[in-house]
Amino acid sequence: MSADRVSYTLDSTLETVNNAEETAGRMAAEAGFDDEEIMKISMAVREAAVNAVLHGNAYDPSKKVTLAFELTAQDLVIVIRDQGKGLDVSRIPDPLAADNLMKTSGRGIFLIRSFMDEVQIHPSQTGTELRMIKHVHGNPADSKEAPQ
Amino acid sequence: MTMKSSTRQVDGVTIVDLSGRITLGEGSVVLRETVRDLLSKGQKKILLNLGEVNYIDSSGIGELVSAFTTAKNQGGELKLLNLTKKVHDLLQITKLYTVFDVKDDEAVAVKSFTK
Repeated sequence: MSADRVSYTLDSTLETVNNAEETAGRMAAEAGFDDEEIMKISMAVREAAVNAVLHGNAYDPSKKVTLAFELTAQDLVIVIRDQGKGLDVSRIPDPLAADNLMKTSGRGIFLIRSFMDEVQIHPSQTGTELRMIKHVHGNPADSKEAPQ
Repeated sequence: MTMKSSTRQVDGVTIVDLSGRITLGEGSVVLRETVRDLLSKGQKKILLNLGEVNYIDSSGIGELVSAFTTAKNQGGELKLLNLTKKVHDLLQITKLYTVFDVKDDEAVAVKSFTK
């Protein structure tokens, strides 16, 4: 099966966050995910877009966000990249720690990791790339009962 | 759909009926300003009815935490009513469900506030 891939270059705006979420929901539906999984995928992408627009590009109009979806037989792979200074992964807080529980921010990456099957963060001096994978249901590799 | 907010008084408790999405941008701002406005008027018993809130993101969760803390710091009480499954699940995985006082019956919720 050949892979379907589509990518978008987006401005660093709040509208981009909403568009990314809507597009993710549409892609997830087309991939055959159920409503709950669609919600999780679209929310993960929303949180990733918020990170890219706010924390990465800091609403800088000269900086872009790229969003790519790739659907294979096994996975829906979503990659979002900003042009910021690069996320310091070591400084991502644990929002479940007692000291952080009542903080008003810092839950985005946690939610992304909660909702997706695999998450990889690749920071560099020219931006951060966040790669999220959701396994497609019905994938034989996920099934405990192999077809006869 | 953006968020809508309306308030009503029941036995000294201000019930805020919210509907729509509490997300980064307008939704979070509406919630923040509503709670801030109530507290500034001395209305410190606040029940947020989230029964029609169908979506909340991490910014919205942050606003709920902020509203709860702000009310508490000003000697008030802020409780949550009628969580949808999505909001309930989000508060569970972020371990905030036990932090908030969550009710599912309006009359019981109103009576639970300190007299």
